[in-house]
Amino acid sequence: MAEKPKVPVIEGWFTLEPQPSLIGLRCGGCGSYFFPKTQASCINPTCGGGEFEEVELSRTGRIWSYTQNCYSPPAPYVSPDPFVPYTVAAVELEREKMVVLGQVSPDVDVEALEVGTEVELTIGTLYEDEQSEYLMWNWRPVAA
Amino acid sequence: MDEIAVLGVGMHPWGKWGRNFVDYGVKAARDALQDAELDWNEVQFVSGANTVRCGYPGYVSGSTFAHALGFTGAQVASSYSACASGTTALATARAQILSGSCEVALVVGADTTPKGFLAPNQGERWDDPDWLRFKLMGVTNPTYFALYARRRMELYGATARDFAKVKVKNSQAGVNNPNARYRKAFTLEEIEASPVVASPLRLLEICATSDGGAAVVVSSVDYARRHGIANPVKIAGISTVLPRYPEQIIEMPYLATDSAAGTGWPDGGFRDTIPKRAYAESGLGPEDLDMAEVYDLSSAFELDWYEHLGLCKPGDAEKLLNDGETSLGGRVPVNASGGLGAFGEAVPAQALSQICELTWQLRGQSGPRQVQGARAGLCINYGLFGHGSCVILQR
Ligand SMILES: [Zn+2]
Repeated sequence: MAEKPKVPVIEGWFTLEPQPSLIGLRCGGCGSYFFPKTQASCINPTCGGGEFEEVELSRTGRIWSYTQNCYSPPAPYVSPDPFVPYTVAAVELEREKMVVLGQVSPDVDVEALEVGTEVELTIGTLYEDEQSEYLMWNWRPVAA
Repeated sequence: MDEIAVLGVGMHPWGKWGRNFVDYGVKAARDALQDAELDWNEVQFVSGANTVRCGYPGYVSGSTFAHALGFTGAQVASSYSACASGTTALATARAQILSGSCEVALVVGADTTPKGFLAPNQGERWDDPDWLRFKLMGVTNPTYFALYARRRMELYGATARDFAKVKVKNSQAGVNNPNARYRKAFTLEEIEASPVVASPLRLLEICATSDGGAAVVVSSVDYARRHGIANPVKIAGISTVLPRYPEQIIEMPYLATDSAAGTGWPDGGFRDTIPKRAYAESGLGPEDLDMAEVYDLSSAFELDWYEHLGLCKPGDAEKLLNDGETSLGGRVPVNASGGLGAFGEAVPAQALSQICELTWQLRGQSGPRQVQGARAGLCINYGLFGHGSCVILQR
């Protein structure tokens, strides 16, 4: 049987190669970053506006906080059956001065995490159906 | 800012009654009118706090409640700002009163909620951050509460025991509130034996979703005097502010914060700035408060509010709690009503239920949960997508 195609769960939010990264915008006027890139123009009210440049956000950051979810969330989240708890981390990117959420790679023990732990962006499978395997970004502690 | 008077308040008890939200709103409205000794036909303006979970009647709640009470030709408005809806509806009534457009107004909010986690709207909604957070990473409301709780632990040394103590305190208060949904005093052992929902928070520490209704009759101070109330409870300040860019705390339903790369770090986040406007309007400060009702979506979140309100310095909330300062009998009791922990969220009604509680307290009518000698109180919450909500009442 042929392998199912692996596709990002959402288009245009992150790259897979050569290294996974989040795709954001940077305002040429004030230097603010935006993620996801849903803004049509700068939302900094003190910025006179500027050219938007598409940029890859920092691939590493430090954990601002984290939690393990122990109950299956409602749709549209697709939970495995039986449900498996998963960890969500809020990660602070130093250059961008912003915090981005993401699930932590499922093989990482939540006990190994602390506020301040350095993590990097990786790609994991969020869920699969008959047609495809759907990919999403994860945060994963940088190997010491 | 000029004050307005609270003539009457009323509530429908919180619970999981499964009835039409209009029933709850009408019951609360009739009780508020009776408390105000005012005939419905005398109400000049009806201000509804909307619900988005009950179909079209919920989007036009002002006229829905008015219709159920009987159309009188009064003026009407309907407001939605998620958990801040009640305060928005109250601020609208205040504006009408202070502009002279009306003298007496009825403000009503009520909701009927589904079971379980609050879920996003149905369908494929790739442009809606509230849908995307579930689709892309299963970030529930408790996920956000848990992120704040964990950060408190690592930043300030808060413990899971501290969080459980907040729940113990509020559940003891809720026992004495006939409008509360949960009227059971939980022990530390019971709380710590309840299942973890999102670590470190346990089931008994996360607020449920409830049905309920609340209503407030407000008027000009002059109207109150003519109506025979010489010393009414007064609304001294209202805050309905937006956040300021850039917001540094990850808030529901977003997957990322703003970036401070272009601006530097702001002095204080959204939750710090919400009460400031109400303090400024009222001329009161945190030291003047006799009590506060805060938005305890989780036990841990209540501790954050002590600091955002200026009741103590950042990092000192656990000490304030453990010294009993925020318990009934302490310096500034917090959530003497039992809070959301004892009530659960009934979104458009909850800000108004806080006003009801403060009004009863400032009148000295709260029975076994009375804050002795209370003269000034503050209530605060905020709505999804950036709606501040804070009201200061005094007598
Ligand atoms: Zn800009």
